[in-house]
Amino acid sequence: MRVNISVNGETMAADDVWEGESLLYVLRERLGLPGAKNACEQGECGSCTVYLDGTPVCACLVAAGQAEGRDVITVEGLASGGELDEVQRSFVEAGAVQCGFCTPGLIVQAHSLIESTPGVPEDADIREALAGNLCRCTGYEKILDAVRLAATRKHQP
Amino acid sequence: MDFLRPLTWEQALAYKAERPEATPIQGGTDVMVEINLDKGRPAALIDLNPVAELTLWSTAGPEIRVGSGVTYTRLIAELGALLPGLAQASRTVGSPQIRNRGTVAGNLGAASPAGDAHPPLLASGAIVEAESVRGTRMIPIAEFYTGVKRHALEPDELIRAVRIPAATGPQYFSKIGTRNAMVIAVCSFAVALHPGERRVGTGIGSAAPTPRHAAEAEEFVAAELDWEGRSPLDPGVARRFGELVAGAAAPIDDVRGRADYRLHSLAVMARRTLGWAWNDYAGRGTA
Repeated sequence: MRVNISVNGETMAADDVWEGESLLYVLRERLGLPGAKNACEQGECGSCTVYLDGTPVCACLVAAGQAEGRDVITVEGLASGGELDEVQRSFVEAGAVQCGFCTPGLIVQAHSLIESTPGVPEDADIREALAGNLCRCTGYEKILDAVRLAATRKHQP
Repeated sequence: MDFLRPLTWEQALAYKAERPEATPIQGGTDVMVEINLDKGRPAALIDLNPVAELTLWSTAGPEIRVGSGVTYTRLIAELGALLPGLAQASRTVGSPQIRNRGTVAGNLGAASPAGDAHPPLLASGAIVEAESVRGTRMIPIAEFYTGVKRHALEPDELIRAVRIPAATGPQYFSKIGTRNAMVIAVCSFAVALHPGERRVGTGIGSAAPTPRHAAEAEEFVAAELDWEGRSPLDPGVARRFGELVAGAAAPIDDVRGRADYRLHSLAVMARRTLGWAWNDYAGRGTA
């Protein structure tokens, strides 16, 4: 089947989509957007987190056909005009990236937390927001630093 | 496989009548796992996302009617005061991304004995609103679960909503797992006080082939509690309540825990949640 999705502001069509295929597969294998990562395929790891109509979801658990006509923002869509988004920049500067596999999912989820929090989120809220994103390298401390840094920059520019 | 996309509820029912073997998909947090991991391939998917009315909840007399498309995230944000037990359980579901998509009706459709929504639905006495082109059935929650991952829906029926009595007293949910997020319950328990009826509701999760009540524990404790005087909970009564709850379970040993651990922890959770609920009722703050 054909699926039409607005991805990062651009209307895209994917053809020959299998009916049981996930949005993640369509993004990575049919639309050439490998930012969202494929790891657990069961919603456990958060590596495939993307925005669906403004809400962060695991792209592996959205059937491709469910995304028909909807807005998807992937990690590729956060940077604009060659400039990294604040959250991306903070991850780099805080050293929150080691192997990098979990990073795109963490960045989208952290981006959502920061967008929806009026000030700098409390540590407990950061931990809760990122509870569905697994990182096996960093021990999370640098990731927490990055989120605090990004939130601080956003709210106290 | 076919991908069916009804735009209205009537169309969804028509598809389900034509294709009773089709699997409805809402949040996909169970259905897509099965497909991704090749555990089973549905003949067809019926995508309920476009049926906008399912994302609504409303008050219907003493009941809250929660549409089958209301996500856990919205339930937590919007229904915490009216359905505190279910909201607490919803907070323990998966992760934010999962709660953004998953629904109580999906929990019912999967009918896993470990589903987090089941114990509070049992404790509150919820009703599943099932519908087909033939009509509507109101299925009391205790009759809904028929076996491991099996339920009372007919092949042509879909869950339209879940009707849950608004809380008339304190409610608590407790769950055992290895961490705070992304945990399938080792076992879980919910309690709801119904002071108007001098009744206590219970729900046991992940400790029997289906979620179930602890009927004997409910009757015992309802008769022992000092509803009128609101005097403190007798520790012996709380302990006996815990024993009776454990006695109502029929757990197995599996990868998440041993049967005897489940029985022990159920008794502890039952005693504690009853204590918290009773303290709230008696106006003494939480223990």
